[in-house]
Amino acid sequence: MMQKKINTKKKVVAVTIDGRQINVDEGTTILEAAQSAGVVIPTLCHHPDLKPRATCRLCLVEVKGQRRFQTACNTPVGEGNEIFTNTQAVREARKTILELILADHPEDCLKCTRNQNCELQSLADEYQIREIPFVRTVKSLPLEDSNPAIVRDMNKCIKCGRCVEVCQEVQQVAAINTAHRSLDYSISTAFEESLADSPCVYCGQCVAVCPVGALSEKNDTAKVWQALNDAELHVVVQTAPAVRVALGEEFGLAPGSITTGKMVSALKRLGFARVFDTNFTADLTIIEEGRELLQRLKEGSPLPLITSCSPGWINYIEKTYPELLPHLSTCKSPQQMFGALAKTYYVEKVGIPAEKIFVVSVMPCTAKKFECTRPEMRSSGYQDVDVVLTTRELAAMIKQAGLDFAALAEGEYDAPFGISSGAAVIFGTSGGVMEAALRTVYETVTGSTLEDIEFKMVRGLEGLKEASVDLGGKKVKIAVANGLGNAKNLLEKIKAGKCKYHFIEIMACPGGCIGGGGQPHGTTQALKEKRLEALYAIDKEAEVRKSHDNPGITELYEEYLKKVLNHQAHELLHTYYSDRK
Amino acid sequence: MSKIMPLISANFDKISPTSVKDYVNAGGYSGLRKALKMTAPEIIEEVKKAKLRGRGGAGYPVGSKWQHLLEIKNFPKYIVCNADEGEPGTFKDKLLLGKDPLRVIEGMTIAGYVFNARHGYIYIRGEYAALLKVFQAAVDNAVKAGYLGENILGSDFSYQIHVMTGAGAYVCGENSTLLNSLEGKAGRPRVKPPHLAEVGLFGQPTLVNNVESFANIPTIVQIGGEKFLSYGTAESGGTKLVCLSGNVANPGTYEVPFGLTLRDLIFDEELGGGPSGEKKLKFFHLGGQSGACGFLPQLDTTYCYQALREKGLSVGSGAIVVMDESVCLIDYLKIVMEFFIHESCGKCTPCREGTKQIYALLDKFSQGTATEDDVLMLQRLSNLTAKASFCGLGQAAATALSSSLQNMRSEFEAHLKGQCPAGVCFTKRESGEK
Repeated sequence: MMQKKINTKKKVVAVTIDGRQINVDEGTTILEAAQSAGVVIPTLCHHPDLKPRATCRLCLVEVKGQRRFQTACNTPVGEGNEIFTNTQAVREARKTILELILADHPEDCLKCTRNQNCELQSLADEYQIREIPFVRTVKSLPLEDSNPAIVRDMNKCIKCGRCVEVCQEVQQVAAINTAHRSLDYSISTAFEESLADSPCVYCGQCVAVCPVGALSEKNDTAKVWQALNDAELHVVVQTAPAVRVALGEEFGLAPGSITTGKMVSALKRLGFARVFDTNFTADLTIIEEGRELLQRLKEGSPLPLITSCSPGWINYIEKTYPELLPHLSTCKSPQQMFGALAKTYYVEKVGIPAEKIFVVSVMPCTAKKFECTRPEMRSSGYQDVDVVLTTRELAAMIKQAGLDFAALAEGEYDAPFGISSGAAVIFGTSGGVMEAALRTVYETVTGSTLEDIEFKMVRGLEGLKEASVDLGGKKVKIAVANGLGNAKNLLEKIKAGKCKYHFIEIMACPGGCIGGGGQPHGTTQALKEKRLEALYAIDKEAEVRKSHDNPGITELYEEYLKKVLNHQAHELLHTYYSDRK
Repeated sequence: MSKIMPLISANFDKISPTSVKDYVNAGGYSGLRKALKMTAPEIIEEVKKAKLRGRGGAGYPVGSKWQHLLEIKNFPKYIVCNADEGEPGTFKDKLLLGKDPLRVIEGMTIAGYVFNARHGYIYIRGEYAALLKVFQAAVDNAVKAGYLGENILGSDFSYQIHVMTGAGAYVCGENSTLLNSLEGKAGRPRVKPPHLAEVGLFGQPTLVNNVESFANIPTIVQIGGEKFLSYGTAESGGTKLVCLSGNVANPGTYEVPFGLTLRDLIFDEELGGGPSGEKKLKFFHLGGQSGACGFLPQLDTTYCYQALREKGLSVGSGAIVVMDESVCLIDYLKIVMEFFIHESCGKCTPCREGTKQIYALLDKFSQGTATEDDVLMLQRLSNLTAKASFCGLGQAAATALSSSLQNMRSEFEAHLKGQCPAGVCFTKRESGEK
């Protein structure tokens, strides 16, 4: 049931924080108020994009007149509050809390996936914790790594519950929840089944919000190094649109830095034979999906047509709403179109046997690691994409190679998958696939040039966006959802027959791929805004801004797709889905 | 003059518990009849005058709670009776539910009338499975007799009571946890704000009161708040069901007016009758495991909310566990802590991690390996759990410990020197036991 707001009127309240008076809106939390007074209160269970859970208790402060400490993350300020964030009692209590957490946490920071990038580690350092005055109670639980995407090490879990919050409330997948009590209290799937047997879709949002090393992607860097070292192999790489505007953060560059050229240079220095752009197959997706949309509009069903680029989303509909599978576009994701073409069209072009080609993807995504292992994704006769790396894993490889990322020259993508449009790059954010499709479909239907190609009503981080577009006299109703919680609302409408849309774009992750589960840690909505602006800036500067104007795509159809058998071309670019409920 | 004053226990063993006829013949439902002729503010005024404090443990003034809920203009509102009586040493709600359920039903019905609620819920702890049937039968009989259901006693007021149960978790006695459990969710406390009066059961404004609190309501309406207050002290109105257990001659539940002394309760022949064996009284644990331990110098404290608080004690649930000199305080505190370790929901750090570390430290005392630093660490941890835990469970988990550290430090110091005054700890070790 919805929580009703009791008081919607915003009053201003005056409070003092460590003796400094400030005025803030009524309802502001102590944490936010302190922030505006220039005081950073430490947090562990709190995440700026999630509802406060107030379970770690680290953000405690003293409020004059209150017998107990108050937790800053969830306590609204009250008129005249005198708040103290840095008393001896507060410091000692916070330190004790950290010591209690650490008594139940492995001491293997050096071997941890989050070494030097761990919120608990940073706080332990801030509070100068040099010994733990308590009995150590760390358990020795088995690692859960039986799926291709996500590894869970529950020994490192500090029970903050961020992962539960994002899985239950934001994604509404509810694969994990808190289980048991007391010493056995843990984060678990239902009946402790494996993630694969749970409703988990591998979106990796839990990994993205985990403050410690309890959750991580399955690390595949060793496989890539091995392939790169193998003289027999021709190792190529593709990079997804959202990686180029986030990778820089791993090297201390400002959020929203556009690092396409440096990334390409880095990949070449790592030893990849060719560096390709997934944007190329994003353009191809638009051509295929646009055709499919027009077909379905003509035939009248099954509508709405729903996009199929996001593998977390595909897992979700297969596992949760299989009855709606006919609504999905049959187009493979750009990653998988690329893999299929790399091991067919490309090998023919360069004259290397397909078994000697090793295809690596760099994706902002953990679900892509699963997608490439699907049995459907072998239309070349081999596994089309061999390994998927996340943005984080690529950053680690660049660091291992000793490359000074910021100082790298601006490299360029290689042919034949190097040319792409501005429409393709915006695939990396929610609304981008829709906008790219509209740019192409409009011109296909009307035969006239689109004057204003920017469909601003589908842009932005809002969870659900809708619009109506005039396609040569026909009003086409569209919707864009990001985050599976928002997708779920739309699907329920479709099921109830109350959906008025013709075409829907769905991305599993909040904000789309810029907020993907494989992006640099510390991602927040504010940071996604920066990445989003960067993508639209690339689009704005692009020479070609519509997918159907990409000369490489025209060449591909002329040179290859039109020549191979019709069903063969279809198999390379399209797929099918299964009920996995 | 007898020190026992049966107001809400008057019907115990005198009527057939589920018989509406018996209940009415004993004066039952006159409170509801009177209430239906009064306005909600008038009824609340009487509850305020009665200075009735919540009988579940926290002792929050019932009148203020009702006033707050009355002012919230959001409907529907729900009435919830907290019958998750889980405090060890507490068995008084059990008697009310089993021996006079209609009194509780009448109290809940008056509350329903005050808040214009259509649904009341009672959450009876899982371990009271037998009482669940009794209570359900009483509800069914009240419906048949027209005291529940549509147009109660010919009025416009319609009200149902739903009898629910839990799976047996102590933490579900915490009100927000109880509501989660009622909604079918895991029994863990909710983030506050919002408060339950605003966002309670199913997201709606909700009143949650203890069984004994509700049982007092018909009497208050019937005799008036002032009269009710006069039975107790100036600040603690009425009577209290007190549960005596442990090393005491006459264990059991007694209804007494506020204003007796602890010495009366434990030693009076009509009440506790003093220690059960040869040994002298050593300490007593008041209000349940979540309450403080009291010691000999506190024996003459008046049993009422204010006087006890001034001495660092509390009425709590009404439990009084009496311990004689054969009991080692450290040993006792370990058992208390084991209880909280077992019952912690695990959600927040101080409670989940703090209780187990407190236990480990106490164990050092009983093993003879503790040092001065461990006394300080016990103090630090009991202070942290009290002041930083998420809910009432963790906040109260170390109350017994901190009161013991404050008032019987000698017991800890003796253990530092390898001496156990009760002769429990080191003899056990030497004889090869645990």
